[in-house]
Formats: sequence, structure tokens, C-alpha cells
Amino acid sequence: MSEPLLKVENLKQYFPVSRSYTVKAVNGVSFEVYPGETYGLVGESGSGKTTIGRSIIRLYDPTDGKITFLGQEISGRLTGAARDTLRRNMQMIFQDPMASLNPRKKVSDIIGEGLDIQHRAASRAEREAQIAAMLKKVGLAPEHAARYPHQFSGGQRQRVGIARALIMNPKLIIADECISALDVSIQAQVVNLMKDIQDETGCAYLFIAHDLSMVKYISDRIGVLHLGYLVEAGTKEEIFSNPIHPYTRSLLSAIPRPNPEIEKRRKAVTYDYAASGIDYAAGTEHLVGGTHKVLGTDDEVSAWLASSGDGQM
Amino acid sequence: MSEEMKTILDIKNLDISFRTNAGTVHAIRGVNLNLCKGETVAIVGESGSGKSVTMKAAMGLLDANATINSGEILYTYTNTSGEEVTVDLLKMSKKEMRQHINGKRIAMVFQDPMTSLDPTMTIGRQIMESMFLHKKMSREAAKARALELLQLVGIPDAEKRFKNYPHQLSGGMRQRVVIAIALSADPNVLICDEPTTALDVTIQAKILELIMDIQKKMGLSVIYITHDLGVVAKVADYVDVMYAGKIVEVGNVNEIFFEPKHPYTWGLLSAMPDLDTDEERLYSIPGSPPNLLHEPKGDAFTARNRFALAIDEKAEPPMFQVSRTHFAATWLLHPDAPKVEMPPELKTMLERARKEAEKYL
Repeated sequence: MSEPLLKVENLKQYFPVSRSYTVKAVNGVSFEVYPGETYGLVGESGSGKTTIGRSIIRLYDPTDGKITFLGQEISGRLTGAARDTLRRNMQMIFQDPMASLNPRKKVSDIIGEGLDIQHRAASRAEREAQIAAMLKKVGLAPEHAARYPHQFSGGQRQRVGIARALIMNPKLIIADECISALDVSIQAQVVNLMKDIQDETGCAYLFIAHDLSMVKYISDRIGVLHLGYLVEAGTKEEIFSNPIHPYTRSLLSAIPRPNPEIEKRRKAVTYDYAASGIDYAAGTEHLVGGTHKVLGTDDEVSAWLASSGDGQM
Repeated sequence: MSEEMKTILDIKNLDISFRTNAGTVHAIRGVNLNLCKGETVAIVGESGSGKSVTMKAAMGLLDANATINSGEILYTYTNTSGEEVTVDLLKMSKKEMRQHINGKRIAMVFQDPMTSLDPTMTIGRQIMESMFLHKKMSREAAKARALELLQLVGIPDAEKRFKNYPHQLSGGMRQRVVIAIALSADPNVLICDEPTTALDVTIQAKILELIMDIQKKMGLSVIYITHDLGVVAKVADYVDVMYAGKIVEVGNVNEIFFEPKHPYTWGLLSAMPDLDTDEERLYSIPGSPPNLLHEPKGDAFTARNRFALAIDEKAEPPMFQVSRTHFAATWLLHPDAPKVEMPPELKTMLERARKEAEKYL
């Protein structure tokens, strides 16, 4: 495999709340994203998936760990050059298309802001042309450039958010729950658009979501997060056909299926960390085949492996 | 389902419009809906299709700029003296609604447990509130009942939690409290407006199982408002698919999931990512729902429908009957219509689903 585009090693992100209490949102997470692929991060709310995304793009300052992007270290103090690489090549699509667009700016200025800051467009006409081309790419009309965000529907607004990320021609896009706020029929449109764009530009996605069926659909590899630990990681086939960790199994068992006969009989597998007796901090990473990794102690992992196959959906 | 199932809530030809600065929005355009005792009905549709407005009308919670153009909502219940009465909820005053219906007989679980609880009141007080109001219970009796309810909705340490404030609970726990509040005055109809949209998948399944369990224990009739077909498959007996202020397809849950007839329902089912295939593209319904500020001519779904016929642009389709319980409003079911099959991808998906289901039948 080629060089990883993004390499996250032992990332920790703590938030001191008071002198005696610190929220440990991310506890030593490591993973890699390769050029042109989609890496899905899944987990329930509070598992730290959004925090990871925000730490990577440096909306937070990572407490510990090393993040390498395009061969440059972007954790710790940022040098001017590293900041430049980061800002040019990594972009983010946010969760809520209503809240992430400035209501007082026209769409052309929202999308064009990056161009202006980085002096990417030589002239006004060129800037306009780039914005028009981008709007077309995400399925909006060039006339939409003169409108304000409130004049769009939710799906269209998310397209504006995607256009804003794409205009910088980034190598990596962090998509933080970018379809959760949309209707089912619109979700499919946006996901298809993201796939088309990936085919065209070869950008990589870090796709953060809690909807496992969508994650399976879009991702090449998946990391499962719980309480700030990466409990299981592997290709989507490995995760979906052979889930090892009990948390992954409970997540998979909770996916709603569009089949009333099955759905009415299904009982979700419950997973209670406090009652399970598993201590994530004591676990180490175990390779269980291919690229499939599970976090746990030796005993735990062998016990899970022995019981795998009966926890299937 | 037996014929003599008693209808509790009967919505007939409901038509509502809203006055806005931009003009009149015709949000509900003739909705018919029927809920029988002990049954679960799910209303599915995109945001803006009018599913919440319909239920708000039944609760008397419509905003001040709403006008009810026509229709009635008949609610049948047994009053305090043991007689069975049927009332039209739309004709009742706000005061009467508050005294006799809201909370007491028809209760609602709202979408967002973060905003539907009062942050300044302990959860115990919030649960007891309607018991004092509707049942004139004593403090002790109300407290005992509240603790019972907290246990019923699966909150451990009920005694301790009783004195907690909402911010001390997680999202899933808060939604359980909201359900406990809804149940506090022993209603017989429960309306759940997107009860799990704000929650994680793992908690979603637990909350749905909880509601189903309570429904069985208390003999409730439940209406779900949702856009998630997975939720519908799990809970519903009957499904109403709503689009642009109209119900476009209605049937029992197996008919809707295994033999859908309306192109919009086809679209909704196809848009769900299927775990069993490695399809490269997800089917999506093109375009977005119509703006009801400009009333659509003909069938509202025409512009997004790749199976649209010429007549779709001219006249609205009536409800065609498919089976005793299954109806769909699409011209494709007209005897003179060309024979149109559902998309082949969906067909194979449904076939597979049916085969899987047969294992259990």
C-alpha cells in the first residue's frame, strides 16, 4: 500500500473542566487514512468521534500523540509551512447545514472565502468562474451564487457546505455527521454526490457518523469508537461479517432493517461497559487477521474470538 | 385483524393551511387516518410533508396562523361515568382540550428530550404534575405512582433519580422520563413524534422496545411520526406514507414493505442502504419535496417521479384499492394505465427480504 495520507498515532484529547476533573474524550487512538479512500469512524454520542475530527483539523490542540499529514507533522506547535499544508489540503463538512453557514453571507462569498484568503483566484472573473463550476459540480445552478443560505432547503445547504470544502481542492475531507440532519431521500443524494466527487477528484474522506448502514455503504475501512477508545478497526467486510468486540456486535445488532418480519422479532444485543468488566485502558491492540484489529486483553480477545459467529445479525 | 376492532381516532378529510408572510401554505390537503384500539400506526414522510401538523391538530396544538378548512377528528373514549362518547377534537375549545384530552387521554412524546423537559424542575415533579392536575391525586399516591412509572420505563435507582434535574441524565434516560410523563395520567392514545431521532441507534432500539412493551401492558394505541423506515418496520401494524400534505399509500406493514405500489414508497425503500448488497450507488429520489406555497397541479410527486404519466400533470390520482387494507394514490394503478413495474433493484431487494421473512413465518 502507498504512503498514508493521514497518520494518527496515539492521539489523546483531554478537556480540563475544573482543577480536579478532566474529561478524557479521546484516549490514545491510532489509525491511518490512505489517499483516495474513505475511512468511517462510528460510535455513539460521546464516544469521541467528532472530537477526533476536530483535533485532526486543529480546531482543538491535541493533548498528546502525533498526527502526520502529507508527510508533515501537524500536531503540537504548527510551523507556518505545516499550517499552510493543513489549511490547503484538509477541509471539513459540518453536521448541521443550518448552523454552519453564515446567514449574512451570500453563497458565493461562503464558497469563495477560501479562495480569497489563499489568493487562489487571479481576478474577479476567475473567482466567479471557479465558484460557478463548483456549484455545478455539487448539483446547484450558478444563479444560486447570489442567494443567501436561508433561501435553500436542507439538502441544498449541505451541498453548499460540500462546495465550500471542495473549492480548495483538498486531499482529505473530514465529513462530520454530514448527512444526519437530512431527510432519508436527500441523504442518498448527498452520499451519491460525495462518491461521485471522490471518483472525480480522488480525495479521501474521514466519514464520521453513527448510522452504520450509511457508513458501510460509503466506507472502505471502518473504525469503531467507544468512550474515546478505538475498540475495533478493519475493512468494512471484516467488521460487518466478523465483528469481534462486544460493543461492535451490539452496534451492528441495533441497525434497523427495512423488513417488518425480522425487525419485529429482533431484540438488540445490549452492551453495558460498566457491567461488562472490560477495562479499555488495560487492553492492547490485537491483530485478528488481515487488517482487522481489536482492542482488549489477551484473555478477552481469545474469549471473543471463541464466541464469534453466534453474535451475528 | 378482526373487523370489530374499535376505532379510537378517526381523522376525516383534514385540510389545513397556514397564513405566512409569503402567502398561504396549504400544508394538509385532505388526510384520512384511522387508529384502532391497541394498534400501532406509523406516519412516514419527509420533513414538511405534514405529518407533525396532522398530529398537532389532534392535540389542539396548532399555531395561531393555522386555519382548518375542513375535516373532523373523531375521538371515541369512555368518560368518567362509564359512557362511550365520540367527540370532534377540532370543535373543542383550547380549554376543553386541556381539561379533558391533552395528557389525560391523548399524550404525546416529543422529538427532542433535551428541550421538552423543564430544566428547572426535578423529574419527579414533572411526572407528578399531570397526576395532580388530571387525577387530583394526593402527594403520596402521586409519588408512589411516579416511582412505579420510572421503574416501568427502565430507570434504575428510581428513588434517587426522582430528585434529579434533567441535565443530570443522559439523552436516552431523558427520553425515558418524557415517556413516563406521557404515561402519567393513563392516556389511551400515545403520539410519538420522532421519539428516537435525537438518540443513538443502540438506545433507539431500547426505547422502541420499551414503548412496545408498555403498549402491550397498558393496551395503548400508538401513533408514530417518523421518517425512518427501520423504526416503522419494527413497531408498526399499519403504515401511512405521507407526501406533500396527502397520504399517498396506506396498508399494513407487510404490504408496504413487501408489495409497495406507490413510486414514492418505492423511492423511500430504495434509498435505504441495504446491508446485504455491495451496490455501488444508492438510489435517490431526485429533486426535493414541493413548496406548498405554490399548490402543485395534478399529482404533487410528478416532478420527482420517473414513472410519471401524462395524466399526473393534469389530475390528482384518487386512492385505488389494492387489497382490503392496502390503498395507494397513484395513476399507475388505474386499469387503463400502462403496466409499470417497480425498479428491478428494488424488486430483487424486496424478494430477498421476503425470503428472509419467510423463515420466520
